[in-house]
Amino acid sequence: MEFKSISQLKSLLDENKISVKEIAETYIKKINENKDLNIFIYFNEDKIHDQVKETENLSNDNVLKGIPIAVKDLFCTKNMPTTAASKILENFKPTYESFVTQKLIDQGSIFVGKTNLDEFAMGSATNTSFFGNTINPLSKNNNPLAPGGSSGGSAAAVAADLCLGATGTDTGGSIRQPASFCGVVGIKPTYGLCSRWGIAAFASSLDQAGVFSKNVTDSSILLEVIAGHDQRDSTSSNVKIPSFSKNLNSDLRGKVIGIPKEYTVDGISDEINQVWEDAIKSLEKKGAKIKHISLPHTKYALPTYYIIAPAEASSNLARYDGVKYGYRAENPKSLDEMYELTRSEGFGKEVKRRILIGTYVLSAGYYDAYYLKAQKVRKLIANDFIEVFSDCDFILTPTAPSAAFSLNEKQDDPIKMYLNDVFTVPASLAGIPGISIPYGHDKEGLPLGIQLLGKHYNEQEIFNAAFALEKDYE
Amino acid sequence: MKLDTNTINKIAKLARIKLSEEEAEDLLKDMNSILDWVEQLNEVNTDSIEPLANISSSILPQRKDESSDVNSSDEILQNSPDKLEGYFAVPKVVE
Repeated sequence: MEFKSISQLKSLLDENKISVKEIAETYIKKINENKDLNIFIYFNEDKIHDQVKETENLSNDNVLKGIPIAVKDLFCTKNMPTTAASKILENFKPTYESFVTQKLIDQGSIFVGKTNLDEFAMGSATNTSFFGNTINPLSKNNNPLAPGGSSGGSAAAVAADLCLGATGTDTGGSIRQPASFCGVVGIKPTYGLCSRWGIAAFASSLDQAGVFSKNVTDSSILLEVIAGHDQRDSTSSNVKIPSFSKNLNSDLRGKVIGIPKEYTVDGISDEINQVWEDAIKSLEKKGAKIKHISLPHTKYALPTYYIIAPAEASSNLARYDGVKYGYRAENPKSLDEMYELTRSEGFGKEVKRRILIGTYVLSAGYYDAYYLKAQKVRKLIANDFIEVFSDCDFILTPTAPSAAFSLNEKQDDPIKMYLNDVFTVPASLAGIPGISIPYGHDKEGLPLGIQLLGKHYNEQEIFNAAFALEKDYE
Repeated sequence: MKLDTNTINKIAKLARIKLSEEEAEDLLKDMNSILDWVEQLNEVNTDSIEPLANISSSILPQRKDESSDVNSSDEILQNSPDKLEGYFAVPKVVE
């Protein structure tokens, strides 16, 4: 059985054509048939049956009643372990539920499992996980493809139809880039729209929760559930959350779309530029006006990000010391040796690399030259967006510089891997919302994504434009 | 070359991560190339630019300073690798 969307499945449930239990059994079967993709870190049929019992008698007013949702294993969940894909949290059982997952539970959704990710969300291919690579479900002919990252398991779960929605987090592109690689919709809302409470922290000034789904309407339904103020996150905004799904409107007449010239970069395939061109033409046909804009500091976004994110990570990950929870090295001779061995054995290579870079750029004598400098450039990048948004409604760019790449490709050059985020990082630094939707394919038939960026707290605008563009492929 | 083996080991000590010789060498290469790459920020004139630390564009509300009791120590201690009589236990620090 295949369900097209959350809204379709919810209608079937409302009309008593299917039960919560039947839905759960359908998805358990699908997940068991796709174990080779290594999408889930945690999957337990009994836990799903427990949730069915708690959910089946709920009122149908709960907008996600019975809807199968996959949760990135960076969100703390009380009934399932949480690992952040790291050995250091291998046996961690949170004592509390994250804000975002609690909101989903409150609306009656069923968590099918916890999805794989790059260790502590540090990566762009879901290949730094302690639990092994996730394979993109669109892979063919013995050529396993990367699902993107860091929320690669969640994007792959939606693409493989193992759930109808999934949570993700996006620090520099970790929702939008895997959405593009797996051919699904993924939105990173404005920084502060969703509480970070209960999400294992990577870079706190950038981390933001968001969602994946099969279409734009479903993403708008999910986002209005998980957004909202939470006093346990001091950066959570107290803004009114619109009813995104009810307000969806594909009428773009009079809208002005910015096309930034700096997003035409060397080494990007013609196919990606062609898809971008097609989307521009389509928006024009729908009545929008095109405006060529400039975001002059774009090229500095990646180096800025790779100072700020590791700096914050080195501070956030200091808590993993083997004392209160998680892995502890065996037989240390002293307390200091316990810390050093625990962290050496518990963290993977990419995480260590970032902690050390972060420690260096924050250390005495280098703080001003690296960290403070990066924060100043970040201000210029944020100002670029404020300036262009004074006379355009949203910005259209490609999501990623390539389609999903092969997991067999050599991936030992960190900077080359970092370039995956070239189109997604600027919006993260500016804290503005971004959505990626599938829009066309390359010649191998792999999906390519297009990204829409909006003003702070203006998710509705990019949902509407994405909703309009999505119709081109229906 | 920004970093040498001594500096890497010093940073690793600050970060409380033990590195094998091989690991240190590997990281030295990667970190030097990353630091060379981020150096391009020096091209940008940032005189009189305020550093951006908090991106939230709305005014962040304050909460009431009230105590709450949400987690039990028993539950929290269950995650501890080593515990003793209701406390976290670590190797001896005083001789």
